[in-house]
Parts: sequence; structure tokens; C-alpha cells
Amino acid sequence: MTILEFEKPLYEIQEKIQELKKISESSGMDVSKQIENFEKQALEYKKEVYANLTPSQRLQIARHSDRPNFLDYVKLITTDFIELHGDREGTDDRAIIGGIAKIDNQSVVIIGTQKGKTTKENLVYNFGMPQPQGYRKALRLFYHANKFNMPIVTLIDTPGAYPGMKAEETAQGTAIAVNLREMAKLNVPIIAVITGEGCSGGALGLAVADRVYMLEHAYYTVISPEGCASILWRDASKADVAAKALKITSEDLLNLQVIDGIIKEPLGGAHCDYELAASELKKTIINSINELKEIKSDKLRDERYNKFRRMGVFCQ
Amino acid sequence: MTVKDWFEQRKEMQIARRAKETQIDDSIGKLWVKCYNCNSQLLRKDVEENLDVCPKCHYHFRINARTRINQLFDEGTFNELFSNITTADPLEFVDTEPYKKRIVQAKAKTNLNEAVIAGTGEIGGNLVSAAVMDFEFMGGSMGSVVGEKVTLAMEEALKRKIPMIAVTASGGARMQESILSLMQMAKTSCAVAKLNEAGLLYITVLTEPTFGGVTASFATLGDIIIAEQDARIGFAGRRVIEQTIRQSLPADFQTANYLMKYGQIDMISSRAELKSTLTKLLNLHKR
Repeated sequence: MTILEFEKPLYEIQEKIQELKKISESSGMDVSKQIENFEKQALEYKKEVYANLTPSQRLQIARHSDRPNFLDYVKLITTDFIELHGDREGTDDRAIIGGIAKIDNQSVVIIGTQKGKTTKENLVYNFGMPQPQGYRKALRLFYHANKFNMPIVTLIDTPGAYPGMKAEETAQGTAIAVNLREMAKLNVPIIAVITGEGCSGGALGLAVADRVYMLEHAYYTVISPEGCASILWRDASKADVAAKALKITSEDLLNLQVIDGIIKEPLGGAHCDYELAASELKKTIINSINELKEIKSDKLRDERYNKFRRMGVFCQ
Repeated sequence: MTVKDWFEQRKEMQIARRAKETQIDDSIGKLWVKCYNCNSQLLRKDVEENLDVCPKCHYHFRINARTRINQLFDEGTFNELFSNITTADPLEFVDTEPYKKRIVQAKAKTNLNEAVIAGTGEIGGNLVSAAVMDFEFMGGSMGSVVGEKVTLAMEEALKRKIPMIAVTASGGARMQESILSLMQMAKTSCAVAKLNEAGLLYITVLTEPTFGGVTASFATLGDIIIAEQDARIGFAGRRVIEQTIRQSLPADFQTANYLMKYGQIDMISSRAELKSTLTKLLNLHKR
């Protein structure tokens, strides 16, 4: 398991506890009081650390290699998942995976960006960076949902749409733009959740939704803090300053009224307890579907339009 | 420095120079200008009379929004709208300089209050609603004001049942408004959905340069997409791509010709022909 820099003191305490336990076992001394005390301290410390995370520390959690990925969540929150492959134009982009499944007895089309946990996996999923063909596959699945009146759930965890030569030649910008436009036209409820990284147009291409949520430690931004730092500060090492300035945390986005809610993560982040993280996510999705299902499609579309129409801050 | 490094550095310098090239160099003085493309010394008057196109090599220099409007619209018909909408600083963003200061500087430099001019006017006798971007204002970046004015222009087209024209010139989303800039991509694209549903013609003219969040939203959603000659258009920047894929890109990468080759645009128009092309298209779609 990867240990983040700011978590090190915590692991040191836990190592001490383990040592104490060993000592007590071998010597027969009763140190249970002390151990209990240490464990209490460790928990308090953990709570404190996680209540005061800086934006760049949260970035590390959002990018944690053990963080549950799309297929983990699919396994934990859906049943009967059947993957539907391909854009029907020659490609099956692996960075975006989609299919049909049931969530709490409701058939849904579920689509997400997929990241790997190992380098080998990441090469398959291209580190969660979709090609235009991935967005076109998603669009095809959106239309499927629309045709068969199924709600759409998208789970987003991407460092951005892939910046490559072939991606440009096959119109990365157009692929994203078309999704933004077409999502506005769909008659079915759309729920988008930023589960990890929500970077730029690559994330938005799946997120023009009736309800947009973020996991507590996810981030959502117009540009990666590193990219922003190298452009505006001309110094990529200023990424932590940029992360703060860009206001990328779930609380920031809730304050800016860009998202509808924050989904709580287990203490220490979603990677510490997959089941707990997934159950919170599932609860939010089910509640949203039940609420949105009651709204007539015309009204649903109007409200979706108005939701994005209102976004932006200016003087008048 | 290895030989390879030297070549890399040289290439970077060439790209950086080319980024500047698109603007007329007026360092020579008021009377003379220099074309970076062919290095000719040119009389400023000759260049201006030639629609800011080099009379020698036909290189299309970047032009600002006002000049563009004067070139495209029938004289005296353009009526600017929504100029009362101005920039706020919702995130109180400070990088090496405060965003507020950058806005003041951009206003002074361009005599505009934001990176887009919206309004209605006639092109060859056809009344249209339009949004014309200006690269000189913070790289034509799209923040809340640009998104709002483009959307309002589209809503004006909807209200009056007239075609919509967008002329783009932008480095992409405005970082200083972070997520709010990203949301302008959604906002403008949703407005295009409304134009589609109303059956109104939407034409986009992509000019040098059109990138990032503007490419990935309303710029590439035109029913008809025209690229101006010499424009460079793309999603990711050339340098970002080169760093990612670790290979050098073809010289004509992301040029209008390149996009044409890959089927992303309907046509390339020279500046001289742009107005007549638009007029023809508008006439052909008249009901």
C-alpha cells in the first residue's frame, strides 16, 4: 500500500502500537491500557489530519493508486453489469468503460473513466485519459439509455482527455463538444459523480448532468494544478500554490454552486474502505434517481439547461 | 548541451517565434511593418488595405474583433449588445499578478471590456446574431463573461429566429476563473443544443488560434465550420502533446489544412473571401 507523505507520522504511531503488542506477547506484560491509549491518539491524530488537508494533500488522495476505480465501484454498487464495447467506428477505447446494470432494481446505463492500479493496467486504460473514440462510445451509450428510458450514471476519474497526435487527428475537441451538446438534449435523468480526478474538458465530457456530485476528496478543475502552474507561474513546482488558487476541492465547488453535493468518504480516504465508500456513493445515486425519475422529460431537460445556464459570475 | 538538446531548443525557439509571428511586428515604426512569414518590409497602409494579409506571401495576420466586425458586416449595421456584462473575480485569483490587474491591463491594451464582442448585424443583407472573439484580450480566453455573452448571442438568435455566427480566437478556458470557466463550455454547448432544436443555422469561423475549451465547446459545434486560412486549431497545445508522446509533430500539425485533411472542418476560406462565403451560405439557407 502506498503511504502518502502526510500520513507517515500516523503510520509511525501504528508501527509503535504493533511493536508494543509484540513486546507484551513475548514478555507477558499487560500493556493493553497503553495500547488502547495509543490507538485513541492515532485515531484523533488521523481525524485531525484529515480535517485539515491542504488542496495539494487532497490531490494526493484523489490520485492515490489504491483508490477504487470505475470497475471497483461497478462491482460494489451494481448487479448484472454487462459491458457494451466500442464506438462502432473502429475503436474500443479502454479509458472509458460503459454498460448496462442494475442499481437497486433499476436498470441504468453506467459509464466511467477507468484507471489502473498498476503500470501494466494503466497501459491498458491509458491512465484514464480517453481518446475521442471513448467519448463517442459514451455518446452511443447515452443514446441507448435515451432510447430505452434508462437513467445514466457517469463516474469520472480522469487526469484529462488524452493529448496525443491521433487524438487531435480524430478531433478530440469535437468529440467532447458534441457530448456536451447532446447531453443537454437527453430525456433521461443523468447523474455524474467525480470520484477522483475531474480534470478539464475530459471530465466535463461526461458531466453535463442533472445532478453532479463529488466524492469528498475528489477534485474538479479547468486545468491540472501542474499545468496551471507551468503556464501562469512558469514553474511547475508551484503546483501546490496553483491547487489552492484554483479552488478545486469538493467544498470549494459546493460553495461555487457548481456541484449539488459531497459524498462522504471513509476516514483516510475511499481507498481505506472500499465497501463503505461504495455504499455512500450508492445511496446518493439511488436517492437522485428516485427524485429525478418523477420529473417529466421536458421539465428535466429545461432544468438541466437552466442549471448550466446559471453558471458563471460576472458584473452587470 | 548535447546535439539533440540543441535541436530541441532550436525547435522550441522556432515554435515560440511562430506564436509571435501571427501578429504584425510594428517595432519598425508607424509607417512600416514587417511580415514575419516572408520577412518583407511592407507599408502599413498596404497591409491594412489588404485586410491585414501580407500582400507578398498572403500570410494572414491575426486581427482584433473590431477589425473583424468591420470586415464582415455591412457598413453601419452592427449593433453591439450585452457590453454591460463585465468581469468579476469570483475566486480572487492571484498568480504572479492579481487577476483584477490583468483585466485592467487587458482593457487598456485592447479598448475592449472582455474577450468577445456580441451583437447583431447584416452580412450581405442577412441579419444574424454574432459573437466575435478577440485574442488580444487575455489570449481570447473564455471565462464567465465570454461564456455568458456567447450564450446571450445565441439566445438573441433564438428570440429573433435568425442565424448565429461565432468567430473564434482563443487559447482556451480562462484559468483565473477555474471551474467557472470550465462550466462555460457546458453553458455554450447547451445553448447550441437549443439552436439545433429550433432549426436555426449556426456557422462557426475558426481563426488563429482556436484551442482548448473553446475548441471543445461551441467552436466545433457549427452546422458549418469554416477555418480561416493560416489558422491553427486544436484541443491540446502542440508542446503538451510533444511532451506527452515524446516525438516531434509534423510542421503542419493543427493547421487549417491539417484539419481539412482529417475531415474536421467544412472549408478553408481566405480572409478576402470570407464575407462572400458567409453571404452565400446564409442565402442558401434562407427559407
